[in-house]
Amino acid sequence: MSFAGGIAVVGAFEHPTRFAPNRTAYQIAAESARGALAEAGLTLADVDGYATSGVGPMGVMSMCHHLNLQPDWVDSTSIGGSSFLAQVANAGAAIQAGLCKTVLITYGSTAASDRFAVGTGGGMSGDPTDAFVLPYGPTIVGAYGMVAQRHIHEFGTTAEQLAEVAVTMRNHAALNPRAKYRNRITVDDVLASRMVSSPLHLLDCCLISDGGGALVVTSAERARDLRQKPIAVLGAGQAVRHSGTGHRDIVDIAARQSGAHAFAQAGLTPEDIDFCMIYDSFTITVLATLENLGFCGMGEGGPFVENGAIGLGGRLPLNPDGGGLSSNHPGMRGIFLVIEAVRQLREEAGDRQVSGARTALCHGTGGWLGVMHSGATLILGEG
Amino acid sequence: MSERPLPRVDGESRGYWEAARRHELLLQRCRGCEGYRHHPRAVCPTCLSSEVEWVVSAGRGEIYTFTVTYQNQSPGFAGRVPYILAYVLLEEGVQILTNIVDVTPEAVQIGQAVGVCFEDLSEEISIPVFRLL
Repeated sequence: MSFAGGIAVVGAFEHPTRFAPNRTAYQIAAESARGALAEAGLTLADVDGYATSGVGPMGVMSMCHHLNLQPDWVDSTSIGGSSFLAQVANAGAAIQAGLCKTVLITYGSTAASDRFAVGTGGGMSGDPTDAFVLPYGPTIVGAYGMVAQRHIHEFGTTAEQLAEVAVTMRNHAALNPRAKYRNRITVDDVLASRMVSSPLHLLDCCLISDGGGALVVTSAERARDLRQKPIAVLGAGQAVRHSGTGHRDIVDIAARQSGAHAFAQAGLTPEDIDFCMIYDSFTITVLATLENLGFCGMGEGGPFVENGAIGLGGRLPLNPDGGGLSSNHPGMRGIFLVIEAVRQLREEAGDRQVSGARTALCHGTGGWLGVMHSGATLILGEG
Repeated sequence: MSERPLPRVDGESRGYWEAARRHELLLQRCRGCEGYRHHPRAVCPTCLSSEVEWVVSAGRGEIYTFTVTYQNQSPGFAGRVPYILAYVLLEEGVQILTNIVDVTPEAVQIGQAVGVCFEDLSEEISIPVFRLL
């Protein structure tokens, strides 16, 4: 079973805000819904399926209330920042199963104006492993830092190679008028920034912003009558990794499993991908994801990103919007991976357009890479 | 004593924490498939057996990976930085998340031999941490 080109993204809207102290997260989500539906040529009355994540204990019901929706299908997948990528696939499956016809996916967050310490605050809570984790002072940065430290040990990855990712994302952000940080930086700037949790410096870490976005997913058949060029879902996969019973290889990440599934479903290989949208929570996340998706061998991520290979014009342009390292990161960035991929595939990306962008891979990592995390992969192409 | 988060002791973990209070590190071993596991669970996630025994770990291992934490805003840790969060691979073949203590951050490396010691967080709770051997 596969999507076989039968499912399309027909609306994709990124909220322009990066700092919104006078808006609520719900408002940002609603404004994003308006944007995505309007560009698709649809209204709320057309929405019979709805998905969201990261909106508090009542989750998807609260947002249904806020938007006065009474959909036939809902999804509140909660696997961290990759949730929205999983929800695009879940929406496609629900549509193919006849549970609904048109799915709206929204996200809104005021992480920056709430001064929420996304990466350096307290740990997970409510998990049975809390007792064995929280007394030791974990942070999100530290959870990724432990993967980076092991990567350096096993493969000889250098701080300069990690920094190269941050430098490339900033170069891309300089071309994105909405990106939060647009001043160019050098490898030396990254290495000179203060250490947050070794070996990750401040500039190895994504920024914190407010923001949100929305997507509209429907059948390819219905998409033909809508306003935008439809972007087809070609393949998808989901996976989780955790310390299990205490026998984990920490550089083996969920992307290996979700990526293999997505490639098999799409009938494609890494050589067929024109550009990537990869959740760059930290510079190490990009190296580990590229390796586990098969764009290079295990341990080859460091050399792979050198010499402009992941920059615009390189062999695998990555995050042309500037990513979470430089454009926006309200805590759960997955939805922006899909939005930017859609803009690129529609050739609407202006100065940062990837030339010849026909097939894109989006991969989100959610959670705490070295402790417990999820991966969700989507392969998108021209409809 | 400490504003650090204390483990919540429940039915699945009580044996572990009672031993930790005696400064003993316990691992679970499944009587069904003989596998070691950490953290403790009532049901073996390999063979689903409920037959479990507690085994006293030798308390020795090596650093599998680590991070020196320089920034953590949460209560109990903001004043402790820099501190070392690490996974230790025990001789029994099981990894455990922990802290490496009584060491300067610059001296810590992956592969170093470490031994368990205990930090008393309250009258009831002690947690296993590790020192370089």
